[in-house]
Amino acid sequence: MNFDFSDEQQQLRQAVEQFLAKEYPFERLRALKSSNAGWDPQVWRGLAELGVTAINVPSSLGGLGYGPMETLVLMGACGPSLLLEPVLTSAVIATVLLREFEVSAPAAELLRAMAGGERIASVAHFEPGARFDGRQVDTRARRAGEGYRLDGRKSVVVHAGLADTLLVSARTRGDAHDPEGVSLFLVPRALPGVKLIEYANLDGQRAADLYLEEASVPEASRLGAEGGALPAIEAAFDQGLAALCAEAVGIMQSLINATVEYLRTRQQFGQPIGRFQVLQHRVADMVMHLEQARSMSYLAALRCTAADLGERRRALSAAKVVIGDAARFVGQQAVQLHGGMGMTDELKVSHCFKRLTAIEILFGDSDAHLERYAALVRGRQELPA
Amino acid sequence: MDLEFTAEERAFRDEVRGFLKERLPCEIRDKVLAGREVGRDDYLEWQRRLYQRGWGGVSWPVQFGGTGWSAVQQFIFEEESALAGAPRLIPFGLKMVAPVLMAFGSPEQQQRFLPQIRSAEAWWCQGYSEPGAGSDLASLRTRAVREGDHYVVNGQKTWNTLGQFADWMFCLVRTDLQAKQQSGISFLLIDMKSPGVRVRPIALLDGSHEVNDVFFEDVRVPAENLVGEENRGWTYAKFLLGHERSNIAGIGASKRELARLKRVAAEERKDGRPLSDDPLFAARLARVEIDLLALEITNLRVLSAEGAARAPGPEASILKIKGTEIQQTLSELFVRAAGEYALPLRREAMEAGWQPEAGLEGAGPAYATTVMAAYLNQRKLTIFGGTNEIQKNIVAKMAGL
Repeated sequence: MNFDFSDEQQQLRQAVEQFLAKEYPFERLRALKSSNAGWDPQVWRGLAELGVTAINVPSSLGGLGYGPMETLVLMGACGPSLLLEPVLTSAVIATVLLREFEVSAPAAELLRAMAGGERIASVAHFEPGARFDGRQVDTRARRAGEGYRLDGRKSVVVHAGLADTLLVSARTRGDAHDPEGVSLFLVPRALPGVKLIEYANLDGQRAADLYLEEASVPEASRLGAEGGALPAIEAAFDQGLAALCAEAVGIMQSLINATVEYLRTRQQFGQPIGRFQVLQHRVADMVMHLEQARSMSYLAALRCTAADLGERRRALSAAKVVIGDAARFVGQQAVQLHGGMGMTDELKVSHCFKRLTAIEILFGDSDAHLERYAALVRGRQELPA
Repeated sequence: MDLEFTAEERAFRDEVRGFLKERLPCEIRDKVLAGREVGRDDYLEWQRRLYQRGWGGVSWPVQFGGTGWSAVQQFIFEEESALAGAPRLIPFGLKMVAPVLMAFGSPEQQQRFLPQIRSAEAWWCQGYSEPGAGSDLASLRTRAVREGDHYVVNGQKTWNTLGQFADWMFCLVRTDLQAKQQSGISFLLIDMKSPGVRVRPIALLDGSHEVNDVFFEDVRVPAENLVGEENRGWTYAKFLLGHERSNIAGIGASKRELARLKRVAAEERKDGRPLSDDPLFAARLARVEIDLLALEITNLRVLSAEGAARAPGPEASILKIKGTEIQQTLSELFVRAAGEYALPLRREAMEAGWQPEAGLEGAGPAYATTVMAAYLNQRKLTIFGGTNEIQKNIVAKMAGL
């Protein structure tokens, strides 16, 4: 048993933390949130120079060829800065997904460019009303001439507007819930027939609903075999979920640090309010949530690539339940213990709270994963010995 | 024991319902029911209509032009109003400064200020909290120095709710630096148009503008605007906090939101079935409904014990704690119901008349466009009006500790 990080992993964390401390102070985040673009391409280039965008790219394609553990370290280090840039979206989820298709020339070409931070991709998979159930795909890809015609709709595609390429799942056969028949397409964002309704999510990250109306793509834009893309998409979002858990832990740690500091300095009734036992116990509860969440973030990183699909999904759902609940409790209580100040835009506390709230919802909330976990465990018990 | 309202109270309820049906403007009602922002003009318009009906002073005694309603009648009125989608009563004048003026103000002050509150001609705001004085309000430092027939005020107030609309502020100021904390405070009425008053918005996490910092720089306040005696302001301030707590449980508003949540859960789909059929969600919905039912009966017990005469006692803290917890739970359930469409935070959707992009469904169902802003905003409920931690201290004291 060993819970230590390697020297290399620790160096990665330090490099990212130092870069963000310098380039991404809170005031920069606030300014970017209210800017038109909603992100900073220069910070993105800086992250690329550090190797952040290359972490999940195979070394054969100019990447670092790292895996979920390095991704955990990266996300934990990025967490407290509340980055608006597409680290999770592009450097983790889209990259991992493309890696599944690295033998295809367009995917390999895109991965090379993404490793250097020159291109950005976002996976447009989840659909309206599906509540992040990735097995519900009703967007259609119909054969048309030399290629396909895409019709359908994708919901809350994070960073869709700043990605140059969208990785769009669409059904080439079957009905909306059929696990077979889902194909994956590389779709330029600016393609005719692709319309984005853009908005900002509560954490300030830009997102969009994607409308596909007779969007024509060539045969070569399809990645992998027709109808067989769902396992790869699920693998990518499973690794994304593990990364999200690590990000949450990084944010919660910094939020608890900030709250403790506030309780030590804020004076009421002639003493620091941290002397009141009710507040001390509240902090103790926050710390316990954090440590349970940290444990589950390790489990998620260790299991998110497991070959046994049941084991992988049980671990990830268990992690999301613990981390979703922790994110809610720690976020809400950090605001509560800061009093009115916790409600203001001026303090980072509210921004951390909002990102944690988004994390709780993303890829299914605690209720959804509790239900999934129960179903998976039930399924295992029902298997013949 | 009997849980039912009396025949007279039921007749009164019918009268209130009839009035609401006839006089509540639908554009205001629609904003309230959709969870959108209610503006200054909406609040004032509604107060004017109440005034025209003779109900301008809902919680006031008859001698000041009030309704003279019992606590139970007030409860019925506020519950029916909330269920019908009426805006909440603007509390700062009606429920906060008015009782203080009635009890401690001079006849001149009563004649000057009370009628304008009733008729919606004056908007009041509260000047209590300061950056260093929140839960520990008595440590406030804004100073008022007597110079001839004026006080000169310097200092800063914070968490001032809707002061950007206000004509007047009731303000706690320190008039004796030597005295022990509570005994050097006075209660002043300040014209917000006075030179030296500056209102600065505080940006909140949901993008709303409902609180302000207010700065005073050599603001001259006529001595006749002192309420009661100098250095006795703390007594009046505590008296006011007792009155602020009528309708503190927010039963009517929570019932309205629960009914709306049920409609949403019946419409929303999960795995092709109504969300209201989902066992986890149904259990959460049932839980909050049961908590609300228990609180409603607790609230009625408190009302019944106190009658019309007395301001709510420490039991009000129980109502505040449970009431705010229920309101926050409801806002969380709306977020759960909306699924991925709780993520967008679209400030423009809070504004009246907002429509999704023409020709497209936009992003998500209409109700979902306001759930996140409401969830974020309602985190304030357990902080303001005395944090729930402070309220629990009061309950513990009541229990004998």
